[in-house]
Amino acid sequence: MTVAAEPAAPGARPLTAALGALRGPALVTLAVLVMWQLAHELAGDVAITAPAPTLAHLVEMIGQARFLPHLAETAMAFGQALLIAWMGGVLIGLCLGGSRLAGEAAEPVLVTLYSIPKVTLYPVILLLFGLGMQAKVAFGAFHGIIPVALFTLNAVRNIPAVQIRTARALRLSPAQRARHVLLPAALPEVFAGLRLGFSLTLLGSMLGELFASQRGLGFLLMKAIDLHDVETILAIAVLISVFAVAANMGLLAIDRRLRRGAAPAGHGA
Amino acid sequence: MSPAAILRTVVLAGAVAALEIACRTGAIPPTMVVAPSTMLVGAVEALDDPEFWRHFGVTVEAVAIAMSIAIVGGFCTGFMLTRIPPLRRAVSPFLASYYSIPHLAFYPLLIVIFGLGRAPLIVLATLFAMVAMILATMAGLDRVPPVLARTARIHRLSLLSEIWQVRLPAAAPHILSGLKLAVAYSFIGVIAGEFIMSTEGIGHEIAYAYDNFNNRRMYALILIVLALVTTFNMTVFAWERRMLKRRGL
Repeated sequence: MTVAAEPAAPGARPLTAALGALRGPALVTLAVLVMWQLAHELAGDVAITAPAPTLAHLVEMIGQARFLPHLAETAMAFGQALLIAWMGGVLIGLCLGGSRLAGEAAEPVLVTLYSIPKVTLYPVILLLFGLGMQAKVAFGAFHGIIPVALFTLNAVRNIPAVQIRTARALRLSPAQRARHVLLPAALPEVFAGLRLGFSLTLLGSMLGELFASQRGLGFLLMKAIDLHDVETILAIAVLISVFAVAANMGLLAIDRRLRRGAAPAGHGA
Repeated sequence: MSPAAILRTVVLAGAVAALEIACRTGAIPPTMVVAPSTMLVGAVEALDDPEFWRHFGVTVEAVAIAMSIAIVGGFCTGFMLTRIPPLRRAVSPFLASYYSIPHLAFYPLLIVIFGLGRAPLIVLATLFAMVAMILATMAGLDRVPPVLARTARIHRLSLLSEIWQVRLPAAAPHILSGLKLAVAYSFIGVIAGEFIMSTEGIGHEIAYAYDNFNNRRMYALILIVLALVTTFNMTVFAWERRMLKRRGL
């Protein structure tokens, strides 16, 4: 991989670079906290609790034994949905991208599916999968699988024809072709799809938990809404948001590395 | 028709026919999915019902307001961010993670702030849709070839006419895909909000039908919403095609 071949910079540089990269997000975090505090001052405790007590409440909540099963339930649902969305999406994308006709036929359908408000279909998912874990996983995976498939499809289609011809000249089997030619060439764009799929799967599984579930963070949220427990609502929202933002920054960092590695990769690693 | 379009039509028609047969023969019970023909009949019945049009109007109005604010505001914000790189660098990780945040969790807070009614729904949908537009605008403006910007400078265009005559048309494909997403997200925001807490609107009607095991009406309403969004997207898509063709692309 070209990623590993990056020249080692003199000791101090990566650290300052890392600090510089962190400065922007740190400032934005600060701005969010200030805005939150201001909103609290304007609207009062009924609408928005102040940042400090909310965060204290979150820490306290995580420490409680009865909170952990809910967290585990959500993590489980999200993890399964993500696995299905990523693997299924890449598989569908590779299959459709491998054939020109299939790709052209399927792309508008995928784009349409991608841009319809999937929340409308949640009752259908509930009827098909019943109330519970399966419906959440299915709804999450349904959100994520389409962008992953679309990005993979496009990535495979944009592979230079000469690489595909080489694969044919070497008489690679379809599996070998996918493993050694299609996947490495398409990786940066596929990864962008995986990143988008991650966000959408999280959105889907959260939506799934909000509407009909007896366990999980979404259920706790709905219960807090019914009790008008603003502190808990905000604490859970912050917990999920922090997880989402942190995971996404990690994926973005990998994304950038892949892209940087992809540019001069003409002569291989 | 191209071979791809024929294949697509055949596959889709086959899928609908298979579903119809499976429902008619009882392989799929009507408590799960009703036959596509029943959905269609139900949809036609719903379109005949004045009560439906009231709910429909309420939802479409909320979506239209949210969508307009999101598209205009999103474009302006996106444009501003491309002009101020440090701000953009700071904000972009948050924008990229924005759609993982459970916005619906903030809906009850919005109700407390804006009062019961349509306002919190519209705010929710706007917040939800705007960032898609911001991201698409930035992606589009990033890909405007530098030579076009230089040409604009040579012709001494004012900032406004440079935006209107050069940057906007050049970035149009991305901005249009952002527009389509903004429409979808406005619908998601409004309908999801109506699912959770509302006394009117299509989302409320769908949830009400679901709660009453009225699958026929539920599927009919879902079909209408999806048909509406798809028609809108197709119209934008056709317009996009025509525009690209006119430019010889």
